[in-house]
Amino acid sequence: MTNHWIDIVNSDCIFIIGSNPAENHPVSFKWVMRAKEKGGKVIHVDPRFTRTSQHADVFARLRSGSDIAFFGGMINYILKNNLIFKDYVVNYTNAAFIVSDKYEFKDGLFSGFNAEKRSYDKSSWAFVKDDKGIPKKDPTLANPRCVYQIMKKHYERYDLKTVSKIAGTPEKDLVEVYKTYTETGKPEKSGTMLYAMGQTQHTVGVQNIRAMSIIQLLLGNIGVAGGGINALRGEANVQGSTDQGLLFHILPGYLPTPTAAMPTLADYNAKNTPKSSDPMSANWWGNRPKYVASLLKAMYPKQDLETAYSWLPKLEPGKDQSWLSLFDAMLKGAFKGFFAWGQNPAASTANSNKTREAMSKLDWMVTVNIFDTETGSFWRGPGMDPKKIKTEVFFLPCCVSIEKEGSISNSGRWMQWRYGGPKPLGETKPDGDIIYELFEKIRELYQKEGGAFPDPILNLNWDVATNHVFDPHKVAKLINGYFLTEKTLKVGDADKTFKPGDPVPAFAMLQADGSTCSGNWIYCASYTDKNMAARRDKTQTEMQAKIGLFPGWTWAWPVNRRVLYNRASVDMNGKPYQPEKAVIAWQDGKWVGDVPDGPWPPMADKEKGRYPFIMTTEGFGQIFGPGRNDGPLPEFYEPLECPVNEHPFSKQLHNPTALIFAGEAEKRAVCDPRYPFICSTYRVTEHWQTGVMTRWTPWLLEAEPQMFVEMSPELAEMRGIKGGEKVIVENMRGQLWAKAIISERIKPFTVMGETVHQVGIPWHYGWVYPKDGGESANLLTPSVGDPNTGIPETKAFMVNVRKA
Amino acid sequence: MNGKSFFIDLSKCTACRGCQVACKQWKNKPAEKTENTGSHQNPPDLSWMTLKLVRFTEKTIDGKFNWLFFPDQCRHCVDAPCKMVADSEVEGAILQDEATGAVIFTDKTKDISIDNVRPACPYDIPRVNPETKVMFKCDMCIDRVQAGLLPACVQTCPTGTMNFGDRDEMLALAEKRLAEVKKRYPQAILADPKDVRVIFLCLFPGDNYYKYVTAEAGAPRTMTRQAMLARLTRPFARILS
Repeated sequence: MTNHWIDIVNSDCIFIIGSNPAENHPVSFKWVMRAKEKGGKVIHVDPRFTRTSQHADVFARLRSGSDIAFFGGMINYILKNNLIFKDYVVNYTNAAFIVSDKYEFKDGLFSGFNAEKRSYDKSSWAFVKDDKGIPKKDPTLANPRCVYQIMKKHYERYDLKTVSKIAGTPEKDLVEVYKTYTETGKPEKSGTMLYAMGQTQHTVGVQNIRAMSIIQLLLGNIGVAGGGINALRGEANVQGSTDQGLLFHILPGYLPTPTAAMPTLADYNAKNTPKSSDPMSANWWGNRPKYVASLLKAMYPKQDLETAYSWLPKLEPGKDQSWLSLFDAMLKGAFKGFFAWGQNPAASTANSNKTREAMSKLDWMVTVNIFDTETGSFWRGPGMDPKKIKTEVFFLPCCVSIEKEGSISNSGRWMQWRYGGPKPLGETKPDGDIIYELFEKIRELYQKEGGAFPDPILNLNWDVATNHVFDPHKVAKLINGYFLTEKTLKVGDADKTFKPGDPVPAFAMLQADGSTCSGNWIYCASYTDKNMAARRDKTQTEMQAKIGLFPGWTWAWPVNRRVLYNRASVDMNGKPYQPEKAVIAWQDGKWVGDVPDGPWPPMADKEKGRYPFIMTTEGFGQIFGPGRNDGPLPEFYEPLECPVNEHPFSKQLHNPTALIFAGEAEKRAVCDPRYPFICSTYRVTEHWQTGVMTRWTPWLLEAEPQMFVEMSPELAEMRGIKGGEKVIVENMRGQLWAKAIISERIKPFTVMGETVHQVGIPWHYGWVYPKDGGESANLLTPSVGDPNTGIPETKAFMVNVRKA
Repeated sequence: MNGKSFFIDLSKCTACRGCQVACKQWKNKPAEKTENTGSHQNPPDLSWMTLKLVRFTEKTIDGKFNWLFFPDQCRHCVDAPCKMVADSEVEGAILQDEATGAVIFTDKTKDISIDNVRPACPYDIPRVNPETKVMFKCDMCIDRVQAGLLPACVQTCPTGTMNFGDRDEMLALAEKRLAEVKKRYPQAILADPKDVRVIFLCLFPGDNYYKYVTAEAGAPRTMTRQAMLARLTRPFARILS
């Protein structure tokens, strides 16, 4: 989230798309309801009428996978009717930037496409720079090569009629949504966008979010109270795990994973440190060498930086190692062992039959969980012959979250310390202790036996325990970082000398020379003289109280900033656009309110001022985003499985760069009469993820006991299906049974003049328990993914439904 | 002192079923063996194991589709017909707590027939354990309330639907919210606010949600002699109180 949960209450209009917060984030709805009570409007856009829709002022249906058409239509509506927040767009976004003459967009393809590699050479998407190296701008927005004009032309094609034809949303509903939401383009109004996996689990997932970001920038909704782009995270600590580098392409703190093309730290820094020639651009990632050095020193405090760097694993350049690729490689026998830690990929991963088969190619697998799962027991699952499976499976029982101490980071980036509650049950252990003991043993073996490449193991800083018990405070202090050698730095106007062991007060003081360590730079300032995440102080200034900022309650990264990009909430002189719900304000030569995005004075100060979007190289909000793998502007493509073989925007049916796997191409249904219905997966309030915890909780299982499929009365009639009866849902990848829920909440769509049915299934069930609960929805989902993230397209695929 | 009351603001209910589960947890009730019968409502009905149940209804009202949620429970009638029936059979089987007004079933209910008690209830609440014959329903979490805590369902509600407090305070809140929601939902009503201690704010007339939302909305029911008597004595009892 750019903002945070409480901040939803400050919104004049809450746009909910690709998510169902009333059911899946029930506590968040407290803030939605309070916003409504204050007169705020709620818009819900979804293929299906849900418990969220019931509380929406405006509800509109769209066909799963048509989001970019829907958003493109809104961008066109904004530009055609001139509804932009002009000052914001000109001063804070890259709308005025001039794009290279070589940039081109033709019939669904951007310039630089290589069909053989299914990828783009992005060099033609660059901005034109002046002789000082600063991007050229046209603040009048009239230059035909400026971002604003290129965008205008790009989305002219997304007129109401065309959008309605492909998205299946009636034109009048489109207009109602567009009209209601674009009201927030007025400087005094703010609108927030709440989304979840309904936006991201597509082969255009990243571009869905880009489209929302463009709308928010055009309406001046980023950086303000009640605004922002807000991902509702599906797990209490998924924000934290991403921050800590859980994904393959990043190290802790969003530092890119080194590749083999960067053999030295000097190479890494040269490649990954953006440079800006514009003195008014903060270009915060210019500090990256400090953060990498501090991370290396957290891991290997005694080594010089180049040696430490040489010990980091390196990716093959250009090779995708994301989740789907991992299982594709596992299926091919590319590796022998697998830790499934706190996860259940046999039920959670797209194309679960493939995933389960892949596990049978392993020599060993370790599962760490609180209950048996479809993963831990895959070898005795449906269609498996235990005698023929060589994989040896080890099950390590861990304790549950409330039995251990540590922090979690919520969607709003708040790092919240939790104390341990009841003692762990039986011989279960906290994950930290399991990792600690495991690594102790691994290191012992390396010491004894040597083995391949022992240095990174033998030299790792493993000071994470006290009396041989995992110590979360020690880890939290290491993540914050401390000085390794004596250092004198300017703090404010005075010099201050730090001694070895002193905590680094904030990331601005991290060093590139190896004199500081920090396990994760964005968490620097979280554990200094005290554990900031353990704070529970409700004190606020009068200004802060107006927006419920609560700066003394736990701690938010970065540096306790509660609203990101908040320098965009004020005008060039630092005066809030929305004085009644100001986030920051420039008063008597200093900022008040939230922690500003950097200490510099407002932009009107041409010497010391800085642009507000400090994490981009140029300092501006990116309407034109030249860094993505599938284009600088979101463009509509059909999901890789879809009910049509053409669409009105181009001849390019699918995202030409989508992640696909060889040999599976024939297993995709495009306009295939055998699989005529669109299907989407989702969650219900009563279960969580694959149901590993909730299926074993009797009161929750009682409320949602079995796999179901929701369908319209029209579809039920066509297939002769009655409510509550068992039906078969199937496609080329698998088959499962589900109880039919027939409801007017689901309606057929008219797409390209044809009636198209959509059904929906939850992904909470699995064969292990309960025996009459049903199987995982992911048996049916395809292993195809977004070209930027590899996230699978589980929200739009094709199935058949028939009587059992 | 007018005792306690609930105010249940249906304009805010998202059917998260936190109340349903919290009730089971606090009361330590077993889960029922359920199956999906084509609805999200589960268990299908109240029972001796399920004292709080969110009912789901799909209804098009004035041309607009609605998914209506009704977290059903005992209304703790100011003058409880179930108690009048019970009093005529076994003294002390059903009690009314003086301080709160909570209507409480005791183990002595096993000596009364459910066929006499259930029809007397205008809201169709009482249920019986078929093995022990003891009757069950919500008891206002009287143990919690006496200890200064909120009822479990209220404690857990994330949206502000479930409220609990002194009756005067709850009635005032109910009237305030009614006035607010009436601007958008002119048909909004409070269900039997004078007669019950569990006051529902409904956006639409009660029978849209469920048959027994208000005492008068229920379809004609077969009544036993005792139930009939109890009903007949209600206005009289009201005057007395």
